[in-house]
Amino acid sequence: MSVHRSLGHDSGTLHVTGAARYVDDIPTPSNTLHLAFGLAGIAAGRITGMDLSDVASAEGVIAVLTADDLPFANDVSPSVHDEPLLSDGTIHYLGQPLFLVIATSQLYARKAARLGKISVQETPPILTVEDALAADSRFEGGPVVWSAGDAKTAMKASPHTVEGRFEVGGQEHFYLEGQSSLALPQENGDMVVHCSTQHPSEIQHKVADALGLPMHAVRVETRRMGGGFGGKESQGNALAVACALAARATGRPCKMRYDRDDDMMITGKRHDIRIYYRVGFDKSGRLQAVDFKHFLRCGWAQDLSLPVADRAMLHADNAYDLPDIRIESHRLKTNHQSATAFRGFGGPQGMIGIERVMDHVAHELGMDPLAVRRANYYSEAGGPSAPPHPPEDIFRQKKKNRTPYGMEVTDFVLGALTDKLEGSSGYQARRAAVAEWNATHEVLKRGLALTPVKFGISFTLTHLNQAGALVHVYQDGSVMLNHGGTEMGQGLFLKVAQVAAEVFGIGVAQVKITATDTAKVPNTSATAASSGSDLNGMAVRAACQTIRDRIAAHMAQSGHCAPDEVTFAGGQVRAGQKQVSFAQAAQSAYQARVSLSSTGFYKTPDLQWDRVKGKGRPFYYFAYGAAVTEVVIDTLTGENRILRADILHDAGRSLNPALDIGQIEGGYVQGAGWLTTEELVWDGQGRLRTHAPSTYKIPACSDRPDVFNVDLFDNENRENTIHRSKAVGEPPFMLGISALMALSDACAACGPHYPGLDGPATPERVLAAVRRARDGI
Amino acid sequence: MSNKIHVSTKVNGDAVEFLCDPRETLLDVLRDRLNLTGAKEGCGTGDCGACSVTVDGRLICSCLMLGAEAEGKEIGTIEGVAEGGELHPLQRKFIEHAALQCGVCTPGILVAAKNLLEKNPDPTEEQVRYWLAGNLCRCTGYDKIIRAVLDAAEEMRGAA
Ligand code: FES
Ligand code: FES
Repeated sequence: MSVHRSLGHDSGTLHVTGAARYVDDIPTPSNTLHLAFGLAGIAAGRITGMDLSDVASAEGVIAVLTADDLPFANDVSPSVHDEPLLSDGTIHYLGQPLFLVIATSQLYARKAARLGKISVQETPPILTVEDALAADSRFEGGPVVWSAGDAKTAMKASPHTVEGRFEVGGQEHFYLEGQSSLALPQENGDMVVHCSTQHPSEIQHKVADALGLPMHAVRVETRRMGGGFGGKESQGNALAVACALAARATGRPCKMRYDRDDDMMITGKRHDIRIYYRVGFDKSGRLQAVDFKHFLRCGWAQDLSLPVADRAMLHADNAYDLPDIRIESHRLKTNHQSATAFRGFGGPQGMIGIERVMDHVAHELGMDPLAVRRANYYSEAGGPSAPPHPPEDIFRQKKKNRTPYGMEVTDFVLGALTDKLEGSSGYQARRAAVAEWNATHEVLKRGLALTPVKFGISFTLTHLNQAGALVHVYQDGSVMLNHGGTEMGQGLFLKVAQVAAEVFGIGVAQVKITATDTAKVPNTSATAASSGSDLNGMAVRAACQTIRDRIAAHMAQSGHCAPDEVTFAGGQVRAGQKQVSFAQAAQSAYQARVSLSSTGFYKTPDLQWDRVKGKGRPFYYFAYGAAVTEVVIDTLTGENRILRADILHDAGRSLNPALDIGQIEGGYVQGAGWLTTEELVWDGQGRLRTHAPSTYKIPACSDRPDVFNVDLFDNENRENTIHRSKAVGEPPFMLGISALMALSDACAACGPHYPGLDGPATPERVLAAVRRARDGI
Repeated sequence: MSNKIHVSTKVNGDAVEFLCDPRETLLDVLRDRLNLTGAKEGCGTGDCGACSVTVDGRLICSCLMLGAEAEGKEIGTIEGVAEGGELHPLQRKFIEHAALQCGVCTPGILVAAKNLLEKNPDPTEEQVRYWLAGNLCRCTGYDKIIRAVLDAAEEMRGAA
């Protein structure tokens, strides 16, 4: 068996010896040129003049390009053509590229890029939610509203209500490898682009448009990224297009790599969100009415903000059956970097809203938040763990086990998963220990929280749920594999190679994993939405099965058996009495003139989604998980630490448990970082003040919890996914929500009032929350 | 064009000479002039550790040192950690424990960890955590990295 095994990273040896090549490590011809953007120094206004003479005459500079020099489309938007590569005269944010410097070294290009003299007419920037609402500056005309049941009437009928306002900041991706691209001009005007991107097909598309070429004249290759997390879904377009344009203009190879500060000033981040909530509930904590208002600052361009904001709405229920609910979503256009895809793609922002509600309701009722969460869970999918519903339970009768968007939840396992985690983490005993600690300690207060995750798997833009693959078997039995997915560290290439090896009954070492290449597999979707192995694994399996069936038909002749009696296992092919190695079978098939190459294709079945109405089945299935986090805060300084984390996560029948656990650990830490130390600060002029790791703090090794227990929940996917596994890229990110809720719990131990802790829970915010808990203000 | 400086140094035990611009960092020299691209630029400001190398046995961020300052020094990079095609125990353990994902942080972390074990062959878990606190990793959450370092240390003590 190749699948369901913890095989090590396919590039492991390359990585530990420093030999793995990222775009910036590819040896370049000696005449390669280097690029840098000149950036806007104000957040909003018009350019009235650009004096670039000092730039052009600076040491090492070959050429300087502005919007006027671009021969074709001046656009790098992934959606609605609203993102000029170089400003067309309007300045939309501080850090926007205005001109492009082409120089003989990166140092020269970057130095020269600072020398532009730009005259501007400033206009007041739209920065805050209030600014945007006052100016009615938004995407999609007005708010999007989805509802189910009748939240207004249900609210009136509820015995208790509570309301609040909650804010969570954005997040910088901080992929450790910055954005980078390299364009190599070819004969006949063709272009080859190496790019650190999650979406080679889109790069191909944008480069072709910018060069006025058909897509077949542009080939994009991506071997690996040094982290992506959504930040390389659309944000690499600008570099690739710039390199291609400069390569066209100079006839020389051109490379562009943002240094960290430029990367953070130019590229988009996770959307921050403000949520107003009002909920009705009964004395046992069961929600009867929910009203959410989401306000997302989307930055200057539409980018992927609509599906991101949609996904926030689609996760406003998280794990809870909420019959009467109304969600209103405002997508605000502001003078910031264009907020973009980031692991979870709006899901975390939606989900944390209802988790905040659970926390608040529990506080109102003096209950353990876990009890409130459980009381509102969807019904468990059939099976022995399903809890019985007493017939007299009116609330349960009202429950439809349907999401607010009308999708039936048929695979819910959080009841059993929560039970198991509650036991293995010693939740109840620790809850008592925390209470005792807090009763006897004045300064250091502890907090504990268990939060669940239910995350929908599929692109909500239904047509993206497709994938292609290309597989060759050579006459020596070695296999070459290509598909549309990209490798950013998540281990996709290895998982897919395991699938291929499984079909042929050979070892993974016999399968060569090759760089994603638009010339091999066309029209691919971004490696995003956690879909990588689901989609590409199926496409690769289809291609491999086609070839295997051909070999089987060929071997059946000499083995005098039926083709479906031919078996492939342990590197051997057995047909009747005859047994040969896979290599011999391939050789024999080749000599018999059997084609040993095939494409494969897959599209996710059963999806239908109407985003205007907000109804349908946007997801193929849900992935589940839960985390228990324990924290301690210092009530004098607001400093805080995660002491222990216990996680149980559902990766279906895991294709590779080691890789999946890696995703879970990394996702949790990244999610906890979002909600604790990672703070983006823009000043009143719209200048990002935290644009380097010196001021923007992602979790470090020293922040790792002292105790960190991570386990997979054994739960084969009910849907027919690749070997019944589940996607695992994004869902674990939201396990980090338990960290914020644990901090809220610790703050709540300081006084009688609800602390109303916002994220990220920096020491300042923790102190403010402690004060609110004590004094109610 | 600016004056180039001539520098003689040792990299991973081999004598090396190069010409560099006085403003070039050691990281740029390693990557662009000596084709040693194992050290990465994660920030350029000494905050991420992706560019970690040793200079005369001391762990430093090569983005913070000028190439010209390498004159007469001994530089150690990730490319010199495996000896004669044989992986160092730390390297093996990183693969075994799946202590890497995208791999960009890996060279810097290995150089830093090797430097730690040379000074302290028997570090506590906490010492490992704090020693590596200057090496950011955005992918793994660090757990497997720490386990791999402790496991390698144990193996090396056994072999010593
Ligand atoms: S690149 Fe040197 S510390 Fe980040
Ligand atoms: S493995 Fe990606 S940064 Fe560490």
